Amino acid sequence: MSHLIQDYGLQTTDYRLIKMSRKLLLEHINVPGINTLEVYRQKGGYRAVEKALKTLTPEEIVEEVKKSGLRGRGGAGFPTGMKWSFLAKPEGVARYLVCNADESEPGTFKDRYLMTYIPHALIEGMIVASFALGAKVSYIYVRGEMMPQIRILEKAIAEAKAAGWLGKNILGTGYDLELYVQPGGGAYICGEETALLESLEGKRGNPRIKPPFPAIAGLYGCPTVVNNVESIAAVVPIINDGGDEYAKIGVGRSTGTKLISASGNLVKPGVYEIELGLPVEEFIYSDEYCGGIANGKRLKATVAGGSSVPILPANLTLKYANGEPRLMSYESLSEGGFATGTMMGSGGFIAFDEDQCIVRNTWNFSRFYHHESCGQCSPCREGTGWMEKVLHKIEHGHGSMDDVDLLWDIQRKIEGNTICPLGDAAAWPVASAIRHFRDEFEWHIKEPVKSQQQNYGIANYAVPIEKAPVTEEK
Amino acid sequence: MLKVEEQTPVAFSSELLVKFDEIITRYPSDKSKSALLPLLHLVQAEFLWVPTSAMDKVAEYLNIQPIEVYEVATFYSMYFLKPQGKYALEVCRTGPCCLVGAEKILDHLEDKLGIKEGEVTADGLFSFRGVECLAACGFGPVLQISPEYTFYENLTIESVDKLIEDLKNKS
Repeated sequence: MSHLIQDYGLQTTDYRLIKMSRKLLLEHINVPGINTLEVYRQKGGYRAVEKALKTLTPEEIVEEVKKSGLRGRGGAGFPTGMKWSFLAKPEGVARYLVCNADESEPGTFKDRYLMTYIPHALIEGMIVASFALGAKVSYIYVRGEMMPQIRILEKAIAEAKAAGWLGKNILGTGYDLELYVQPGGGAYICGEETALLESLEGKRGNPRIKPPFPAIAGLYGCPTVVNNVESIAAVVPIINDGGDEYAKIGVGRSTGTKLISASGNLVKPGVYEIELGLPVEEFIYSDEYCGGIANGKRLKATVAGGSSVPILPANLTLKYANGEPRLMSYESLSEGGFATGTMMGSGGFIAFDEDQCIVRNTWNFSRFYHHESCGQCSPCREGTGWMEKVLHKIEHGHGSMDDVDLLWDIQRKIEGNTICPLGDAAAWPVASAIRHFRDEFEWHIKEPVKSQQQNYGIANYAVPIEKAPVTEEK
Repeated sequence: MLKVEEQTPVAFSSELLVKFDEIITRYPSDKSKSALLPLLHLVQAEFLWVPTSAMDKVAEYLNIQPIEVYEVATFYSMYFLKPQGKYALEVCRTGPCCLVGAEKILDHLEDKLGIKEGEVTADGLFSFRGVECLAACGFGPVLQISPEYTFYENLTIESVDKLIEDLKNKS
C-alpha cells in the first residue's frame, strides 16, 4: 500500500485480505492495481457503461434498478429505483445527480473504503446513473476530511475522462457528462440530502423544509437525485447482471449485498460485504466475518446501523424477544420496533464488550449530536445540549434519579419535532440506552464514587433468550 | 512558517488564483458561489488558517458579500479561524474510536506536546484537537494532519511518539 502513502497522503493497513462469500462490489478488491483504470477494465470494469449507453434507454435502466429492489444504502433504505422515477423532467431545465459521499455517521466507513480502493466502481455507477436520469453535470460531494479520497477520485476521474468514459460524446452515443468532486467543510449535517445541496451551493448546511423534495427542486432549484456512494456503485452489477438477478440475492424486501462497517471491540473490525439475511450471530462470531469479541471478552451490546439507531443489549442483538434468530436485513433488524429492535441504518455495526460503559458512550454520542446540530430548530439545538450536560453529570457521578426521567423527557420532545432527522438521530440513542440499560444509569447515580472507579459490567445482557414455547393450536 | 495576523492584508499568489479559476468552471456561470468551500480549503492550505482578510478577498473574487463567506467559514468545523501549528493534529474522539482508546491518545498528546487542546507549541510546529467521527471507525484510533490531511490509523502511544519525532525531524 506504499503508493497510497506517497500519492495521496494516506497511511493505512491493508485490510483487504478478508474472505467473503458473495461479492458484487468488493469482488476484485484484492487485485493489485484495481484502483487504476487499466486493471479495473481488465476485470470487466465499465461494461455497465457500454451496456447502458449503447443498448438501454434511460427508462429501461430505471426499470432495472426498480426490479432489483435496491434500497438506499445511506441509511433511510428508500427504494432507489422509485426515487429515480420521481425525478421531474421539465423541458429546458438541467437535472442533476449528486452522490452523497459525506459519510459522517459514527460507525460507518464503508464509502471511504470503497472510494479508497475501487474509485472506478463509483465513477462507473455515476455515469450509468447520470445517463438514466438525464444529468449532464454530476457532483460527488465528499466530506472535506477525506482529502486523500478526494485526491484518489480526482485522479480516477481524470483517467476515465482521458479514456473517453467522461466528457463529450461518450462512446459516440452523443451523451455528454462532466463529473466533479466537491469537498465539504466538516459537518455531519451535510449528509442530510437537502443540507448537502445547500452546502454544494456554497452556503451553511441548514436542511431545507420538504416539500419540495429535491426530485422537484434540488440543486440550484433544479430536479436533483441524491444517492449514497454504495447505492450508486450497486447500479453497476444491477446493469451487468440484470435487476432480476440482483433481486435473487438477499431475503424478502432486503435484496442484494450490503457493505457493513464493523467497529468496536471485535477481533477483526473492517468492511465486509454480506448477503442481506446473514444471521447476526454468524456475522459477529464466524471467522469469515468479525471473528468474535476481542481479547476473549463477552459481548455486552451493539449499535447495529450507525450511532443514530437504537442500541441493543447482546441478547436482543442475536435474537428477537421470542427467541428467533435475528438476521442482518432491513426487516429483521427492525423486528420488534424500538421496544426490542433497532434499524439497519447505514450498516455501521459497533460492538461493545463487557468492559464498556453505556452511560459514557451515550454521553459521547450526545456530545457528537450537540456538536453537529446545525442550530436551525430549537428542539434539536437546545435539546442536544441539555442531553449532553445531563449525561455528563451522570457519567461523572453528580447525577440524581430525576435526571434519568429528565433525559427521557428531553429526547421525547426532540424526536419528530425538527426539520431534518438529526433530531431523531440524537434522541434515539438516548432513549434506547435508557430503555435497555436503565439499571446502569441508576447504578451511576446510586454509586457516585464506585462508578468512577469501575464499570457496571455485563449484568444479564448476555443471557441468551430462550425460544418461545410453541402454543398448541386449538 | 508564514505568519498572518487577522487584519494584515493577504495576497493570493498567481498559482492560487489559477486554481480558483479552474474550480469555478465546475459550476454554472451564475452559480460560482458553489466554489466557496473548495476555495476556503485552498486558502487554508496556503496560510494554514483562514484570516478574515483572506475571506474578504474570497468574497471579492466570487462577487458575493463578505458575510456570506464569514457565515460559511464559521459553520464548518474544518476551517481554522485562528493560527494553528504547522502540523495541526486532529484525533477522532467519537464513540467507536473511544472504545479502542482514542481518549488515551488525546491525553498522551497533551503530555507529549506540553500544550492543551487548541493551543500551539512554542516552536509553532504543533497544535492538536479532538474532532468528531472521521469515518474510519474500524481502524481506530485515528488522526489526521492538516493541511494535507494525511491520515494515520490504528494508533498506539508508540506510533504517535514516532509520528511526532518524524514530523520534528522533517522540519
